[in-house]
Amino acid sequence: MSTVPQLPGAGERLTQGWFAENAIFVQLIGMCPTLAVTSTLPAAVTMGLATTLVLLASNIVTSLLRHHLQPHLRILVYTLTIATFVTIVDRLLAAFLPGMSRQLGPYVPLIIVNCLIISRAEACASRQSVLIAIADALGQGGGFLLALSSLGLVRELLGFGSLWGVRCVPDEWPTFLIFGLPAGAFLTLGTLVAVLNAWKLSRSASRGDNHV
Amino acid sequence: MFDLLFIGLSAAFINNFVLTYFLGICPFLGVSRKIDGALGMGAAVTFVMTVAGGATYLLHQYVLIPLGLEILQYIAFIFVIAGTVQFVELYVRRFYEPLHAAFGVYLPMITTNCAVLGACLLIWSRGYTTLAEALVFSFCGGLGFLTAIVIMAGLREEMVFADIPQPLRGVPVSLFIAAILAMAFTGFAGIGAR
Repeated sequence: MSTVPQLPGAGERLTQGWFAENAIFVQLIGMCPTLAVTSTLPAAVTMGLATTLVLLASNIVTSLLRHHLQPHLRILVYTLTIATFVTIVDRLLAAFLPGMSRQLGPYVPLIIVNCLIISRAEACASRQSVLIAIADALGQGGGFLLALSSLGLVRELLGFGSLWGVRCVPDEWPTFLIFGLPAGAFLTLGTLVAVLNAWKLSRSASRGDNHV
Repeated sequence: MFDLLFIGLSAAFINNFVLTYFLGICPFLGVSRKIDGALGMGAAVTFVMTVAGGATYLLHQYVLIPLGLEILQYIAFIFVIAGTVQFVELYVRRFYEPLHAAFGVYLPMITTNCAVLGACLLIWSRGYTTLAEALVFSFCGGLGFLTAIVIMAGLREEMVFADIPQPLRGVPVSLFIAAILAMAFTGFAGIGAR
């Protein structure tokens, strides 16, 4: 993106995060929470929303500060901004969703080192206006939420036979414990990325260009 | 003594940072193409993790808790980690030139390595109370990361010769390998409870 002289506008920033530049399936960043908290759908959605909220707040603040940032201190500023908002979100979760807060455990504070947020601060918010930064946060956060939810959906359905804690497959259907375990997280994400790759390959093949 | 041994074993294998807690996945997938690079990254992480684990333990125990400022835990910890990484880089560059040549390039990346922050936070959420426990836990957690990333790199070096279907190339097949590794490490589960 940095080689392109013209930075994308608000509309493009809002839409590109969902599919074309999806954080998880395409850019493959922010993997730790993606794999760790997606064994059930509610945890995945909570994590996605918490991350989006932090991303939105950090993008706004970074964008407002963008004329005062010193190049050698900017990473520190991003990190401290993010850490502040993560603390706020963590306290909010502990107050209003204590059960979920316990289940997510250390992965809430680990939003601080989610490379997605810092990379958006660097790639977009530190260079563009607040409006574009908000659009970017919504787009990228939405894409992150989408990816987390799809992983949580597959893993909860296969691993526990339920959706949002409600059993929704016939009793005689087997459940695969492995999808609730760490190995299942790698397996599910690998399969989803492979399916997406296959779809892209077939689409570019049908258009007739060979370079992927 | 036996307790310490057990904490170490648990951090390195039973609850492997990468394969059980999913900490440090980005370098695990990004810097595992060659064994040399993986070894350098693993060593750098182990080093920083041990120093940061000890430093954050002392900070939390003797500054934040007495002052009643536990709410600043995250901000203080990330600040300490960033500082540690900077300090370690300067120190190593000044006094251990060969070491800097070996893993210097990996040091700046470690600030945003979730394994380091994860280790510092897990020391508290798992209720370790002494400095020795904190140091053993963070050092062995780093060793666990080193083990996992080196195994991964060894497998990926061999994979160059494999004929992999087009859509699976790159990340998907690496994730499948990680899944098989995670299954293998599940075998350690159940050795003790802590």
